[in-house]
Amino acid sequence: MSTLANAFQTNITNLIPYIVAGYPTREVTIEFIHLLASEGVAAIELGVPFSDPVADGPIIQLAAEKALEKGVSLADVFSIAQSVRDQGNDVPLVLFSYYNPLLSYGLKQVAEEAAKSGFTGFIVPDLPYEESDALRIELEKVGISLVPLVAPTSEERVAKITSTAKGFVYCVSSLGTTGVRSEFASNLDSFLQQVRATSTVPIAVGFGVSTSTQVQDLQKKADGVIVGSALVKRIMDLEQELSNEDKKQEALNSIRGFVKELLS
Amino acid sequence: MAKLESRFGSFGGRFVPETLMNAVLELEKGFEAALDDPTFETELRDLLRNYSGRPTPLTFAKRLTEYAGGAEIYLKREDLNHTGAHKINNTIGQALLAKRMGKRKLIAETGAGQHGVASATIAALLGMECKVYMGEEDVRRQAQNVFRMELLGAEVIPVTSGSRTLKDATNEAMRAWVAAVEDSFYLIGSAVGPHPYPQMVKYFQRVIGDEARAQMLEQTGSLPTDVIACVGGGSNAIGMFTAFVDDLAVKIHGVEAAGKGLDTEEHAASLSLGRPGVLHGSYSYILHDENGQIIPAHSISAGLDYPGVGPEHAYLKEVGRVRYTAVTDEQAMEAVKILCELEGIIPAIESAHALSEAIRLASNGSVAEKILVCLSGRGDKDMGTIREYFKGEIQ
Repeated sequence: MSTLANAFQTNITNLIPYIVAGYPTREVTIEFIHLLASEGVAAIELGVPFSDPVADGPIIQLAAEKALEKGVSLADVFSIAQSVRDQGNDVPLVLFSYYNPLLSYGLKQVAEEAAKSGFTGFIVPDLPYEESDALRIELEKVGISLVPLVAPTSEERVAKITSTAKGFVYCVSSLGTTGVRSEFASNLDSFLQQVRATSTVPIAVGFGVSTSTQVQDLQKKADGVIVGSALVKRIMDLEQELSNEDKKQEALNSIRGFVKELLS
Repeated sequence: MAKLESRFGSFGGRFVPETLMNAVLELEKGFEAALDDPTFETELRDLLRNYSGRPTPLTFAKRLTEYAGGAEIYLKREDLNHTGAHKINNTIGQALLAKRMGKRKLIAETGAGQHGVASATIAALLGMECKVYMGEEDVRRQAQNVFRMELLGAEVIPVTSGSRTLKDATNEAMRAWVAAVEDSFYLIGSAVGPHPYPQMVKYFQRVIGDEARAQMLEQTGSLPTDVIACVGGGSNAIGMFTAFVDDLAVKIHGVEAAGKGLDTEEHAASLSLGRPGVLHGSYSYILHDENGQIIPAHSISAGLDYPGVGPEHAYLKEVGRVRYTAVTDEQAMEAVKILCELEGIIPAIESAHALSEAIRLASNGSVAEKILVCLSGRGDKDMGTIREYFKGEIQ
């Protein structure tokens, strides 16, 4: 299994898709991971559904709500990853979770289980640098990277945050929550340059990236591009088809088509 | 220069997205600077006195005392504030701070609508824009408060995510703040949220206890033996308790909402039945399941219907300085009726939780004891709920 930082060199593309684990089902999530891996993505963010996702916009909120209705838990997310590994797929997997489900599970146990089931990175959107020591220490023990977020408003905090970054640095494209939008922060370019200047690991940009034009543009400025809500929206539009055995393959093809389009 | 602690023991902290960190740090600096500026204090005192009507009275509840048949009961009359509850103390303070920091747009969350109304009120007074996020379910239940806010010039935004109540309104207000962080001020309604909010809300609410302590000494010649307040997020309680925390002889009681009972799943007793976790930016006692998913709370009182509690209460519980207990919907409603009939005061259902515990303690106490209760708000807003509850019983 390649390390997270290496993923940007060794994989075919620098796309990092985000999906909500267990949405629409645990089984389909596993199929998505294989599909995305076969398109050569750099890594996959697997979102742990949470009841109160303050950093997320309406699409990911709704998908998380639907996953929670089916009882998807952190333990299920580990078992999804484990299944993918057991099936011989070594695509880098990044666990995206709010802090409370991790705390509730126990940080030490989370780190150990995550390592065992094959996660190489963690993103915790409501855990700023100042509060992150406890988790980072546990993750370091098992060789998992804690990927920090930086925002266009981080300013003098950027250097401090990037100093402990592992894996990659997640640059938030604009203020607000995750979700499709047409414009990024007006200072995005200088912000990305600032992060680049202080970071010793690759930088990836996300929040609101939904079209291939945006992906093309951001690829020039960052090492990786994260697409979440736009992909989850596509999955949501195909929810019924994905749960119908006769139509599932067609729906998966359509999602593959969307990923290819993003990269075209 | 003032420097405030971000933690109460192990509780509190600042668990917010990086996109909000700069705003939260800016707020901390702005608040600390205001604390060092005597003109801020002067402006604050002026509005509390000449706009909200402070100091609020301390009322000896003679007939209620006779009814309980033991200790004397005193009521701190926060219900007599402008807009009908203690909430205005905090909104005046935070809005003045917003003005001082050059932010003209206020964002607030509300459950029952009391904090929303208090925010809309101060926004009108100071000529600011005000957006209030309110769960769709609460918009429906509290139509009159929605109208009040709109009449005061605020925009009420119904929130359709999650359980469509206060916790979801808080999520949405935080999201809205992230998106408009440069020119907006998030006016939080209780002693919750990331640092410096719990410290700041305590600072603006401690006027309740400071006044009450002086009034007890002046009117009765001694401190109370017991102090009681209801606890949802815990802002009136922390405002009352702070003045008495160092008076170790004074017993302090916080009363949570037990809803339909602590043996049911429908309650809002984060301290009594929850366990530590992170919600809305701070580490405190919260109601969550074994997977760390937040469980919606229940209380007949919309103001206590919240699955978390301010981090300082978690600390006061842990060190044993405050005893936290819980009162059911039924017990609270009985206390509403008793206070109406014996004292001619219609209390907010929130405050009736504290009253219920006060009556219980007083009836077990001796005549030499004095119980101070925070009557945090009036019950005008609860007419619909009260009428519905006593349907058939009260004509």
